[in-house]
Amino acid sequence: MKKIQILGTGCPKCKKLAENAQIAAKELGVEYEIEKVADINEIMKFGVMMTPALAVDGQVKSVGKVISPDEIKKMLV
Amino acid sequence: MDFKNEWKKLLLIIGAFLACFYLPVGKVRFDNAVGESLHLVKWYAREHVLLCLVPAFFIAGAISVFVSQASVMKYLGARANKVLAYGVASVSGTVLAVCSCTVLPLFAGIYKMGAGLGPATAFLYSGPAINVLAIILTARILGLELGIARAAGAILFSIIIGLLMHVIYRKEEEQKTTAQMAMPEPQAARPLWKNGLYFASMVGILVFANWARSGDVRAVFLCCPGGLTTYQVEGALISKTEQSLKILDTSGEIREVPADLLQQVEDVGKNSIYELIYRIRWLLVVLLLGGFSLMVLGWFSKHEIGEWLAATWGFTKQILPLLLLGVLASGFLLGRPDPAHEGVIPAKWINAAVGGNSIWANLFASVAGAFMYFATLTEVPILQGLLGAGMGKGPALALLLAGPALSLPSMLVLRSIMGTRKTAVYVCLVIVMATISGMIFGAVWG
Repeated sequence: MKKIQILGTGCPKCKKLAENAQIAAKELGVEYEIEKVADINEIMKFGVMMTPALAVDGQVKSVGKVISPDEIKKMLV
Repeated sequence: MDFKNEWKKLLLIIGAFLACFYLPVGKVRFDNAVGESLHLVKWYAREHVLLCLVPAFFIAGAISVFVSQASVMKYLGARANKVLAYGVASVSGTVLAVCSCTVLPLFAGIYKMGAGLGPATAFLYSGPAINVLAIILTARILGLELGIARAAGAILFSIIIGLLMHVIYRKEEEQKTTAQMAMPEPQAARPLWKNGLYFASMVGILVFANWARSGDVRAVFLCCPGGLTTYQVEGALISKTEQSLKILDTSGEIREVPADLLQQVEDVGKNSIYELIYRIRWLLVVLLLGGFSLMVLGWFSKHEIGEWLAATWGFTKQILPLLLLGVLASGFLLGRPDPAHEGVIPAKWINAAVGGNSIWANLFASVAGAFMYFATLTEVPILQGLLGAGMGKGPALALLLAGPALSLPSMLVLRSIMGTRKTAVYVCLVIVMATISGMIFGAVWG
């Protein structure tokens, strides 16, 4: 199962990234779990400074912008 | 019926009913205030949305998508040159923090993983203040002087505050997190001159489309009898009697100034280059638009254009509704800058609290600004209302420098990142700096 974490303090961009991640995972038919990390100290443990960011299975894949479901799909395979 | 869950809705309905029952419609001040709020919204929609806000949103979208944030972050990393870090931190807000929600995580990152408390604080202070949209709207609505003062003040004082924080806490050893800073992906390089021309033409379109007509006559008058603050109106003289002065101002509105508040009337000297540009401004805008379209179609891929438009639209959705609410609130509470057009709050009160340029006025404005929350750009209509109701220019700058940078909610988040004491020191530094800059500005340009 893929663990997807959305790192961000809750602004509209973070919500959009979470939506896109859900769409991507559903379209791939992959089993997934989405977690929103909003605590700044937790976000920093990933080494992320620019939110929103996306991590898959603990690895940071995208930093600083909202990426499309297609781009997220590439990271889930 | 599940009473435990339904009581909240009942309370809401009762509250709404009471509000409507006791609505002070019919009281002159209330009716005027409602009118003012609608007038202000219409004025914004007519004068500022198309020519100023729309290009500004496109510029902000372009900055957030096309300027390489990774290359800026290099200067704020753990091994960066410390001196350079302060300079970069103080101006990078324009590039890195176009979305206000990224300021706090970035601050935390620079503080704990990057260049340290000093540059992080400099960034924290200047980021919200030199947000590109805010500067553009401030210059447009509150005047070029205040716009430039805001930007210059933010940059200068961010460095000072950053350095002070660093000096005060230099004996502490910061525990830098061992995590490596995660960098955004590098972008396809486009030659700097192409990017430069692209941005320059957008800025040019913005500047020329908004080139204001200068008036023939300038009248200086008091906000209210015995008031401490003066205003200026520029325009064409319509009539001058013993009771009042009528002027058609440069944005097309007729302004009437009662004789007892009038201080001075003078002719405006015309600058020939300024006038020339004013006459050919639409030609310049069309030429720039043409060149700009060629640039976009020729140098940018479809994907990039898509990203840019998406970012622009994102900002529009996020900011415009709140700005609208801010304008309505400002119009209702503070009205327009005319004794006949007050809002719910009388000009006398504003003038007493923040009129003139005393240290008390500036301090009051700073403290109020520091604790109040301003959604991006809403500080502009609110300040416009305050200035129109008797606030001095000095306190206005103080509010501009303390307001967007801090709010009670943001103080709480800061506290979770750097602790209560450092947060308190930071807040005090901001208030002191804002007060001082307000007093200086008010003394020289007020």
